Amino acid sequence: MKYIEEFQDPALARRLLDDIHATVTRPWALMEVCGGQTHTIIRHGIDQLLPELVELIHGPGCPVCVTPLEVIDKALEIASRPDVIFCSFGDMLRVPGTGRDLFQVRSEGGDVRVVYSPLDALRIAQENPKHQVVFFGIGFETTAPPNAMTVHQAKKLGIPNFSLLVSHVRVPPAIEAIMQSPSCRVQGFLAAGHVCSVMGVREYPELAARHRVPIVVTGFEPLDILEGVRRAVRQLERGEHTVDNAYARAVRPEGNPAALAMLEDVFEVTDRAWRGIGVIPDSGWRLSERYRDFDAEHRFSVTGINTREPAECRSGEVLQGLLKPHECEAFGTLCTPRSPLGATMVSSEGACAAYYLYRRLELGTVPAAATAPTAASAPLEASPVV
Amino acid sequence: MSDTALDVTGWTCPAPLRDRPRVVMGHGGGGALSAELVQHLFAPAFGGDVLAQLGDSAAVSLGGVRLAFSTDSYVVRPLFFPGGSIGDLAVNGTVNDLAMSGAEAEYLSCGFILEEGVEMSVVARVAEAMGAAARAAGVEVATGDTKVVEAGHGDGIYINTAGIGVIPDGVDLRPQRVVPGDVVIVSGEIGLHGVAIMSVREGLEFGVDVQSDCAALGGLVRSMLAVTPDLHVLRDPTRGGLAASLNEIAAASGTGVVIHEGRVPVPAAVANACAILGLDPLYVANEGKLVAFVPREHADAVLDAMRAHPLGRHAAVIGEAVDAHPGLVVARTALGGTRVVDLPIGEQLPRIC
Repeated sequence: MKYIEEFQDPALARRLLDDIHATVTRPWALMEVCGGQTHTIIRHGIDQLLPELVELIHGPGCPVCVTPLEVIDKALEIASRPDVIFCSFGDMLRVPGTGRDLFQVRSEGGDVRVVYSPLDALRIAQENPKHQVVFFGIGFETTAPPNAMTVHQAKKLGIPNFSLLVSHVRVPPAIEAIMQSPSCRVQGFLAAGHVCSVMGVREYPELAARHRVPIVVTGFEPLDILEGVRRAVRQLERGEHTVDNAYARAVRPEGNPAALAMLEDVFEVTDRAWRGIGVIPDSGWRLSERYRDFDAEHRFSVTGINTREPAECRSGEVLQGLLKPHECEAFGTLCTPRSPLGATMVSSEGACAAYYLYRRLELGTVPAAATAPTAASAPLEASPVV
Repeated sequence: MSDTALDVTGWTCPAPLRDRPRVVMGHGGGGALSAELVQHLFAPAFGGDVLAQLGDSAAVSLGGVRLAFSTDSYVVRPLFFPGGSIGDLAVNGTVNDLAMSGAEAEYLSCGFILEEGVEMSVVARVAEAMGAAARAAGVEVATGDTKVVEAGHGDGIYINTAGIGVIPDGVDLRPQRVVPGDVVIVSGEIGLHGVAIMSVREGLEFGVDVQSDCAALGGLVRSMLAVTPDLHVLRDPTRGGLAASLNEIAAASGTGVVIHEGRVPVPAAVANACAILGLDPLYVANEGKLVAFVPREHADAVLDAMRAHPLGRHAAVIGEAVDAHPGLVVARTALGGTRVVDLPIGEQLPRIC
């Protein structure tokens, strides 16, 4: 674990910044795809240190943010049922559905449990044979393989009371959708390193060539981000548009074959709605026919969902890089992490949360005494430690 | 599962807790939800000037003697963890709440809520740990109570302790005394208790060489007051971590606080565990640390005194109180940027990926 400090070294960061300042001659707009990268950028003030000519646009890569409201509402409905134990990663419990969230369902008597691995949910299913145990399977290519493996295990072990509420999404179709938008300003991408550690980079050369954008596979520590920006800017200044792996310590070009095989076995590609953006063709996974019995939507036939998105929330534009969080009129007033209108304000990787959490001072739009957030610090509601 | 309408009559804030018609775990998390519950529901219901001060302990006067009076409840899971147990916490937590008023704890009360079925040997181990912690802190458990709840209605053992102690003459510790220019000192490495607990929590077990820092801070405070009684405020950053304590002080004092991230002592094991889990060490709980706001002219001497004490040997100056951004805590990052350090809503959760 010596690798963290090394990638936050201020002296090395200064050298990378100097190099970027020396390289850039024209304005460039880069999108960091992943919300984790957004938080690193804002938390460490990297955007304040870059040349004004380099603009970082925050992308849609927050799995919590892009999970459709309809799926959240389905989760709330299923979790409210008396025979169900509903398991989820903690991030999802505060995401607002239509009028309430999973914490509220729990306070109303629903059996909602925070787990740290989908395999924990499977164990809970084995220990509670009289209950239906549902795991909320959301996320990008990073979280999909363990969720796939859990369903594979459930089938193999014949555990009938386990199912997955699936809302997995894929990054490359989202990049495609962003580039096809008439209002797109993105000239280069910092691709999400953890996604590529699973998938490899095979999907990117064609995207880079077709849209003439450099795509730099980038990690999550401050030096990773700066190196990604440096390589992207260098390409742009030279008129190049190739795929470059700046996260070689974690990403092999071919990805993780075992994880890919598991995905192939359990999931199939489908169109998927992204919260705030809309349906993107081929941008998601669903359980394949062989595993359909483990699909919570089929098992519980959740119908009659009547979603209501707050009209004031503009998170869709934020997720597409069309709007900075603080440019939204509701930012910091109607919408705070304490009472969020949209998922981008509540998620631990949401761009609005990052701006509210770390940038209130500079933005000057939010009173100091406003009730506080946290995002990188969502509540550990299940776990008193004192 | 319909919600009961909230009766907000008499509440002091328009539509408090408006989005939480029922209690959620975050109301006990030591962050914004907890503060809201106390400030807008309990304090108006109870009234009283002493409670309105909302300190870690109350300063009251009886027969001409200034007393610190405090209570806390302990619901930690698991009951035993690296570096301590719920028994140690129940003693040290209340002793420390008193110490943050400058008082030496003299007497504790102890209320047990036991769950039917818990093994008697476990109760005995906890009681023995409490006794040992009390002797080490120089405090006497003077009165107590025991209740038993049906199986399934508790986590084995809950403990409430209350304590009283005498506040020395000339000592007046409260956030309202903080002024711009005060130096912010933390007594040692942060995040140890929270990471130690997480490392043994079901579903999250991970191998890490971290022990809880659970300890009684009365002696350390005594050695600080021996240098000068003119400390401005002390807090022990438990739930919500250092970030919550600094925010409470900033809000109550009306000053801004600036900390320098690179100066905050974070052990490598804590930093690494937090990096893996997506947590910020500033928000992780401690049980044997304090943060002090000290007049600048006394800061060096107080720091030396702290470092001479076993519980303060890693003490460090981490920042200062400032005129700018009143009520806000701001961190200067190692790279040279700035960020707001906010009050948590509850406590932290590991991220999804």
